[in-house]
Amino acid sequence: MNAPRPSATSAPVSSPLWELTLARLRIFFREPGAVFWTFGFPLLLSIALGIAFRNRAAEPSIVAVVSPELERALAADAQLRPRLLDELAAREALRTGKADLVVLPGPPISYLYDPARAESRLARALADTALHPRGPPATVDKPVIEPGSRYIDFLIPGLLGMQLMSAGMWGVGYVIVDMRTKKLLKRLVATPMSRAQFLWSFVVMRALFLLMELPVLLGFAYLVFQVGVAGSILLLLGISLLGALAFAGLGLLVASRAQNTQTVSGLINLVMLPMFVASGVFFSTARFPEGVQPLLRVLPLTALNDALRAVMIDGGGLRAVAPQCALLAGTAAITFIAALRVFRWR
Amino acid sequence: MSSPTAALRCEKLVKQYGEVTAVDRLDLEIASGECFGLLGPNGAGKTTTVEILEGLNEPTDGRVEVLGMAWARDERALRQRVGVSLQETHLPDRLTVEENLRMFRSFYDRGRPVDEVLEQVALQDKRTSWTERLSGGQKQRLAVACALVSDPDVLFLDEPTTGLDPQSRRQLWDVVLGFKARGRTVLLTTHYMDEAERLCDRVAIVDKGKVIALGTPQELIASLGGQQVVELATERPLGPEEMDRLPSVRGARRSADGMALTVEQLHVALPAILARAEPFGLTRLSTHHATLEDVFVHLTGRRLRE
Repeated sequence: MNAPRPSATSAPVSSPLWELTLARLRIFFREPGAVFWTFGFPLLLSIALGIAFRNRAAEPSIVAVVSPELERALAADAQLRPRLLDELAAREALRTGKADLVVLPGPPISYLYDPARAESRLARALADTALHPRGPPATVDKPVIEPGSRYIDFLIPGLLGMQLMSAGMWGVGYVIVDMRTKKLLKRLVATPMSRAQFLWSFVVMRALFLLMELPVLLGFAYLVFQVGVAGSILLLLGISLLGALAFAGLGLLVASRAQNTQTVSGLINLVMLPMFVASGVFFSTARFPEGVQPLLRVLPLTALNDALRAVMIDGGGLRAVAPQCALLAGTAAITFIAALRVFRWR
Repeated sequence: MSSPTAALRCEKLVKQYGEVTAVDRLDLEIASGECFGLLGPNGAGKTTTVEILEGLNEPTDGRVEVLGMAWARDERALRQRVGVSLQETHLPDRLTVEENLRMFRSFYDRGRPVDEVLEQVALQDKRTSWTERLSGGQKQRLAVACALVSDPDVLFLDEPTTGLDPQSRRQLWDVVLGFKARGRTVLLTTHYMDEAERLCDRVAIVDKGKVIALGTPQELIASLGGQQVVELATERPLGPEEMDRLPSVRGARRSADGMALTVEQLHVALPAILARAEPFGLTRLSTHHATLEDVFVHLTGRRLRE
């Protein structure tokens, strides 16, 4: 059994960690769909949302009126666009959102509007001022357009966070379960391959990917929307790395026991969907009630988005994002340890 | 039963899945340099036995020794020295043949050059092809190549040719014979009897988790008492008991639509068989060289592929 092996070589071969990582990268880049969802999709999303929510000149409020006198009086204000209708049609226009306000002649003049709609309240205030002028104003308006205050400035860090989440969850979670289903995991543990190195290859892959994903999205956002990074690029990279690790850990955890790709797809969506909605990707978490805010703050994607925005928009330093970074690092550590405890290799 | 040169040994191996006993007190001893076949129908316990020997499954009871070591104690050392080809492994679709082999090679401290292994499994021309573009036979040869790249002392092959066309099967047989010619040990499972006869020094026929026959293919065939099998069917019923006292007929049993006789000397037996069967309206008669398939049917009364 220990006979000399004439053809056996002890020539150096590449390290298993490198070979495993290389395999991951090759498989990814040879799958056009995966490349699109990782690199193309966030760009398309940012274009679509950037156009839909671009800053426009303020739209005039539409006011339905039932008498020509009122129409004339309101037309004097450029911020109002009165439309002369009969009363039935006017009420119909308000109900269907085609008008923000209905003004009925008095005396007293009555305003019909929906107080829950901001446009309605605005139209009512403007109309009231136009109909009851109060002499020269004692105040002066100074319009302010701060860089970083546009919707796209808010959106880009959110999209980056979302991309780090879905790339981590699918790129680790789904891929591992796919390998388990195809008995590839079992075949690999039949070799002396180090299991730690196998898992590390996913971490290294995510880190390498980050170095590609980050410039693509940030460069695009800068060139197309002039979205800059107010704070340190290096800090941004560090936060993204922590985010990538946290979601790689979560991906590993959902994959640790799932026996087929349907199960893991369901688990991934179950984990990601609440964060898509509630972690401030597309709109601020401040829109949720005060009572659930503590809950939202401990979601990893909320922490990631908050930290990314703090650096990109507010130019915050390490001190400003330390709590979020700690939460992400903790998520990564806990999920990796938990996943390793329960991981099914065969 | 122990011998110092045994490459693989298991004693009173038991594997239970709940109420089901997949392996039932199975003993095996496979010598170093031997090509050993586990034969049996689907569900006989072959794969479970092999996976326990490969250290991929835990026995419920019994002792397992591989190259004089135990999986529980020496897994790290053993993994370096055994090569495994599972019954089904789906290698990554979009890695090339060479990339797959290099990855597997990187896991081992020692091994053979990738080029040499590619040549051995006749895949040099497919070196840069993605796995998904390979034929079934080429995929299977690549799977075996991944097991050979570490230059293992023991090679496990679980149904290596199931579902392959005859030419692909012969190509794979050449790979196994080449490995065996280097003095290494092979344990393979199959339900193809011709494969076992062609490749194996010894075979164990396994049924319901037990070894029901063990020996060289020739010994097992000889245990039938004759080298030839005559199968016949008649219009009117004719029982085997009428036949087994004919000259040179060594055994007789019913088959699906008639009977099968084991015959020592065809030229002696055939005239007598014809004379006996013709009054019953002979509808079919054929002869073939006895195979392990006949041994299995003889032992269990069932066909292998049932």
